[in-house]
Amino acid sequence: MAAISREEVAHLARLSRLAVTEEELDTFAGQLDVILQAVAQVGEVAAADIPPTSHSVPLTNVLREDVVVPGLTPQEALSGAPDAEEQRFRVPRILDEDVAS
Amino acid sequence: MTTTLPAYDEVVARYEPVIGLETHVELGTNTKMFCGCPTDFGGEPNTRVCPVCLGLPGSLPVANKAAIEATIRIGLALNCSIAEWCRFARKNYFYPDMPKDFQISQYDEPLCFEGYLDVEVDGELVRIGIERVHLEEDTGKTLHVGGATGRIHGATESLVDYNRAGIPLVEIVTKPVPGTGALAPEVARAYVTELRDVIRSLGVSDVRMEEGSLRCDVNTSLNLPGAQWGTRTETKNVNSLRSVERAVRSEIIRQASVLDAGGRITQETRHFHEDTGDTTPGRSKETATDYRYFPEPDLVPLAPDTAWVAELKAALPELPRLHRRRLQEQWGLSDADMQSVLNAGAVELIEQTVAAGASPAAARKWWLGELSRRANETGVELADIGATPAQVAELQGLVDAGKLNDKLARAVLEGVVTGEGSPTQIMTDRGLEVVSDTGALTAAVDEAIAANPDIADKIRSGKVAAAGALVGAVMKTTRGQADAKTVRELILERLGA
Repeated sequence: MAAISREEVAHLARLSRLAVTEEELDTFAGQLDVILQAVAQVGEVAAADIPPTSHSVPLTNVLREDVVVPGLTPQEALSGAPDAEEQRFRVPRILDEDVAS
Repeated sequence: MTTTLPAYDEVVARYEPVIGLETHVELGTNTKMFCGCPTDFGGEPNTRVCPVCLGLPGSLPVANKAAIEATIRIGLALNCSIAEWCRFARKNYFYPDMPKDFQISQYDEPLCFEGYLDVEVDGELVRIGIERVHLEEDTGKTLHVGGATGRIHGATESLVDYNRAGIPLVEIVTKPVPGTGALAPEVARAYVTELRDVIRSLGVSDVRMEEGSLRCDVNTSLNLPGAQWGTRTETKNVNSLRSVERAVRSEIIRQASVLDAGGRITQETRHFHEDTGDTTPGRSKETATDYRYFPEPDLVPLAPDTAWVAELKAALPELPRLHRRRLQEQWGLSDADMQSVLNAGAVELIEQTVAAGASPAAARKWWLGELSRRANETGVELADIGATPAQVAELQGLVDAGKLNDKLARAVLEGVVTGEGSPTQIMTDRGLEVVSDTGALTAAVDEAIAANPDIADKIRSGKVAAAGALVGAVMKTTRGQADAKTVRELILERLGA
């Protein structure tokens, strides 16, 4: 059985605002399935004596002191933006017309 | 809408409301949650940003120790358990208020959980269960352009300022609160008020609703007695304590009218409107499972040391509710009098004035009288009126020393509020000191007696009450700067009464 369905890939693409063609859905579903199968294989090796982990480094409490560090100027901050206006990042319309009520 | 809404009292006689509150508090740390950018309110757009809070490739977040500590202290003050081990999680969503397209939050492993807060409503103690207290980062501010009055609907584009993005934000979620009946709106308000006071007493946030450092979402549902809880709605945009109460009340009435007509309540987000007191449906959002939460791979887990937590617990200040009760006893106030002090927002001011040397009664008189009146007239908070507790105590000291009478003290206070200087300075500069020189007073008294022979005769014949008219005359010639009691004594003495 496939680890991820074609429908799930289409759902994820929608959430990520990616326009994916029918052919691409087949391709990606197949590729993601291979990846997930590989991960599942690693999962099989993990026995009760191996605690689940979300991080490769066995550390906790990496914290910094509450001290201000100089950041970027607005010019630097906006330099990589596709568009800017009034010293702000300019983004296209957020809601589609048909969503607006 | 043309349908007549049912009356509130009638609705709560038939339905039982269940409320729940989700409160966000911006912490007053110097820097953001995961980077060293400053957090001050206001500022030119995008002046407090860096590669971390802009989510630029290659940047890595590091958690702010002060924010973790503040959250644990909030948790402890709310009687919560503190997680021995927990993680941050990514909450993924597609909206430009976060440049990373995700918010670092906490999901199934909150830093604090299972607590409660006791609040007083109508003299009764209501225990509000706390589900969780977790830490996340605030979002940027979007300015919608091209639509009507800055709304997202109809906007052609949006402009984003990321100064606020990444500021530590604590989310406090209550358990559902059933059984409050008609008092549900008051309970909601009392909870947010008490929560605000607790957090303020910890000194971890300025908790100003009008500046957005305290934000509140209110969940409301209705059910028939004995039936299962109804479907809840979540009301956002509730920006004042008064609005918390109004939002619950109006949502109870609205839901009742839907249910009465045989309709169903939709689980949705609604927006509260300050002007009308109504709620309207908000945008339908992606469902919870669509946030695709997963452990944040760029941060290592938190494991608060038990010794550290114990140390923080030992250093917690007295809870506001207990603190208030202690003050009420010290000040010898009735419940009603204490309530008016609370309503005026004068507890701390009076407390500090007493600490600066004034009697509780005098401190209360100034803050609740003259200063509250001025605050109401000018529409400012009592704390921002321009007089400090130390100045009020100094003023009262001058009254106690007989240098100012009540009328003169009020004139001096006027000067203090308008920034003329200290009470003593104003008294000297304006020559407002009470005339206590008996020689000068005696002359004024004799003058008054000579000018009012009829009244003088009455007093001589034993009608001591008539002395008031002569006191008034003397006060007039001394421009109010005489001590009325001394004047009265002098008059009676001169007339042998």
